[in-house]
Amino acid sequence: MNLDTLIFLASAVIAVFGATMMISQRNPVASVLYLILSLLAQAVLYVQLGALFMAAVLIIVYAGAVLVLFLFVIMLLNLRGREDLGRPSPPFNRITKYTLSILFVAQLVMVVRSSISSSLFVNIKDVSVMSMLPAGFGSVEEVATVLFQKYLYPFELVSVLILAAVVGAVLMAKKERDGEGPPGADARGSVENLTDRVTR
Amino acid sequence: MVPVSAYLIVAIVLFGIGTIGVLISRNVIIIFMSVELMLNAANLVLIAFSRALNVVDGHVFVFLVLCVAAAEAAVGLAIIITLYRNRDTVNIDRFDLLKW
Repeated sequence: MNLDTLIFLASAVIAVFGATMMISQRNPVASVLYLILSLLAQAVLYVQLGALFMAAVLIIVYAGAVLVLFLFVIMLLNLRGREDLGRPSPPFNRITKYTLSILFVAQLVMVVRSSISSSLFVNIKDVSVMSMLPAGFGSVEEVATVLFQKYLYPFELVSVLILAAVVGAVLMAKKERDGEGPPGADARGSVENLTDRVTR
Repeated sequence: MVPVSAYLIVAIVLFGIGTIGVLISRNVIIIFMSVELMLNAANLVLIAFSRALNVVDGHVFVFLVLCVAAAEAAVGLAIIITLYRNRDTVNIDRFDLLKW
């Protein structure tokens, strides 16, 4: 067992462990931290596969921005993991979700088993990861060359998508301005309150 | 010498854990993080095949998926804030307005 295999096994185990702990935590803050652990281990796997730029982007964008957004929302909502989640679900929900989970896992196991015995898997298995890495593979220059020439149009579309998402998020999460009515009061009431307060 | 298929198996395990999280968890935020985990498992597959075929196109796709995931996180968290404001809970069993 050489160093590559050792690093791969360690980061794979950490990634799976973090993911498992993430879905089994009751406190959402702990859940976010375990997801960050899992993402860091996945970034190590990216580096092993030669995707240096993508590993950096994964850490900066995911662990640095998206999950901080999650933490921010959890603290904004003041969740401590002891809302009425302690009450068990209705029995029909429980039966359905556990049955579906077991079926899905069985399906995944069957897919993996059948693909291991097929010829496609043997062909993939022959490609050793650490052999014949071309120079500059996965660097910023290589990725940018492909991104800004071959995939320029999708790249521009993504910028439009992000703009729409940001505007939509601000619009949806905007608080009603009155602060007196019940949460979720209709817009007309809040506008009346606002004009009332302005005129007063 | 780690074969590419080992990375694919890690990715499929992560995807399975994400799916189980979506199905079993009752906290909307944890369900949402499970979806992010499933996206990351798909990204790992893209990176692995990109390495196996020696092309960087897969990296570009991962880049685009990361952008879409960031946009999705912003909108999804805004929806969660609105839900919490209306119902005072994040329990998925309580959001049953459309149930028969």
